[in-house]
Amino acid sequence: MSRNLILGACLSSLVLLAALVSFVWTPYNYATLNIPDKLQPPNAMHWFGTDHFGRDIFSMIMVGARTSIAVALVAVGIGMALGVPLGLAAAARKGSWSDELIMRGNDLVFAFPSLVIAILITAVFGAGAVNAIIAIGIFNIPVFARITRGAALSLWEREFILAARVAGKGAARISAEHILPNVANLLIVQGTIQFSLGILAEAGLSYVGLGAQPPTPSWGRMLADAQTMVSFAPHLALIPGFAIIVTVLGLNLLGDGLRDWLDPRIRVARA
Amino acid sequence: MLRYALKRLLSLILSLAVASVVIFAVIEIAPGDPASFMLGVNAQADTLAALRAELGLDVSKALRYFNWVSGMLVGDFGTSYTYRTPVSQMIADRLWVSLPLALYALTLSTLIAFPAGIYAAARRGKPGDLAVMGATQLGVAVPNFWFAMMLVLIFAINLRWFNAGGFSGWDKGIWTGLHSLTLPAIALALPQAAILARVMRSALLDILGEDFMRTARAKGLNPRQALWRHGVRNALIPVLTIIGLQFSFLLAGSIIIEQVFYLPGLGRLVFQAISARDLIVVESVVMLLVFAVITVNFLVDLAYAAVDPRLRGRT
Repeated sequence: MSRNLILGACLSSLVLLAALVSFVWTPYNYATLNIPDKLQPPNAMHWFGTDHFGRDIFSMIMVGARTSIAVALVAVGIGMALGVPLGLAAAARKGSWSDELIMRGNDLVFAFPSLVIAILITAVFGAGAVNAIIAIGIFNIPVFARITRGAALSLWEREFILAARVAGKGAARISAEHILPNVANLLIVQGTIQFSLGILAEAGLSYVGLGAQPPTPSWGRMLADAQTMVSFAPHLALIPGFAIIVTVLGLNLLGDGLRDWLDPRIRVARA
Repeated sequence: MLRYALKRLLSLILSLAVASVVIFAVIEIAPGDPASFMLGVNAQADTLAALRAELGLDVSKALRYFNWVSGMLVGDFGTSYTYRTPVSQMIADRLWVSLPLALYALTLSTLIAFPAGIYAAARRGKPGDLAVMGATQLGVAVPNFWFAMMLVLIFAINLRWFNAGGFSGWDKGIWTGLHSLTLPAIALALPQAAILARVMRSALLDILGEDFMRTARAKGLNPRQALWRHGVRNALIPVLTIIGLQFSFLLAGSIIIEQVFYLPGLGRLVFQAISARDLIVVESVVMLLVFAVITVNFLVDLAYAAVDPRLRGRT
């Protein structure tokens, strides 16, 4: 196992652990206002300090991890649930009108950056974490459709697929039983990358007020609140920023490490 | 080449048409009537009807879509519900901030990424390569708006080299304008530069293994000459695609960065429009952004085909 994989797994588990533990325990209640203790720098009582309402930042970071992970995870889920079947279907009928339709549809969705989708959705339905999930999720669909189709196309040329066809299996059954297991590794790696992009996108959306709404803590929201106070309380901006960086860095390293580990060709080349 | 260009142009027009239908349809779902929103709940029926007629809301949906699209083709984006001024004018004013910002960031990102990527590829596996790769790994993980806040903290609040926000305008001279866009452009450029440097490095590493590179060395070029004359030129193709893709990310990303620096760009316009429920402005800005993305990708495809004839056969 590579250093990337180990470091990435450690950082990602740390964030996941913080999110899970926050369901049963946080040092303080993240929503409790305590004005006399406001704007404290990190100290023994409040490890990450307090914000302008005297709320404990360590607790807010833990609960914020929950929001980030939930949004990014569901968005990856949407992308996979819709994108993978579309990619499989396109590859199974390569060159047909349905393949063409799916790929042109993909190109179209690619023309809408997730921020633009979020702006559209918010303009119509209002801001909220669910709309952020939908926006990032829609953006993920063509990513998974494209990568699935690309990998599946080369598999369809292989002899074991020919054998399955000779055995009388239909395109749908071959896709599910033979193609999908063989692209699974690729999807896991891409899923990790989209997960980290989702964390960044969620932070950006909630920073501009299109994501999770108060009082739900989110890292992007905490940064937006910190902006006017950055000159006299820099920890308000530093800590949520570090939280985002650690999470994204961890997931990216995990993705790189998984790719090297799951791809036997690279493993052989290294040995 | 001409046939390929026409084919791509047709698909560009089709994409734009479908995108405009999607945007129009989504905005149409929005509950509430702009006219009654503007006049308030106590508006009289005849005033309401007059305003609806003035805004062109009293006709069928299909006709409204047609009016919207045909207006845009001649640069008429309609009238803002809240400001009662032409949307095209509002967008044009803001584009003078957002577009230079995106181009400035694209320039910076290329200027950082090219040397970094080439340097790393030339020193594959050595400490210099590892340092560049480590830095890019970090660069990809940093949210650009957070990086922007850090730049403000260091260079505006502590060192006072730049203003913490706002835009001086272009009438005070191009340098004053560029000066006030410098921190935002750096913030926008950093994550993109990290991605671009990685692409440059891996594209170069692929090329370095090619036979023609060995031939170049065999005919007497030293590694540096071979890298510059044959390697970098061939690596430009994948790098160009990424630059094309990045332009749209930069334009969209500038929407967020403008919030950090209080810049009067497209981002500010669209967020004000969302909170004022000025949907025609939202609709037009979104269409403009999507138009930019689709058109830039079209131009990249054409540039490709011009550079590499093999790609013309593919669609």
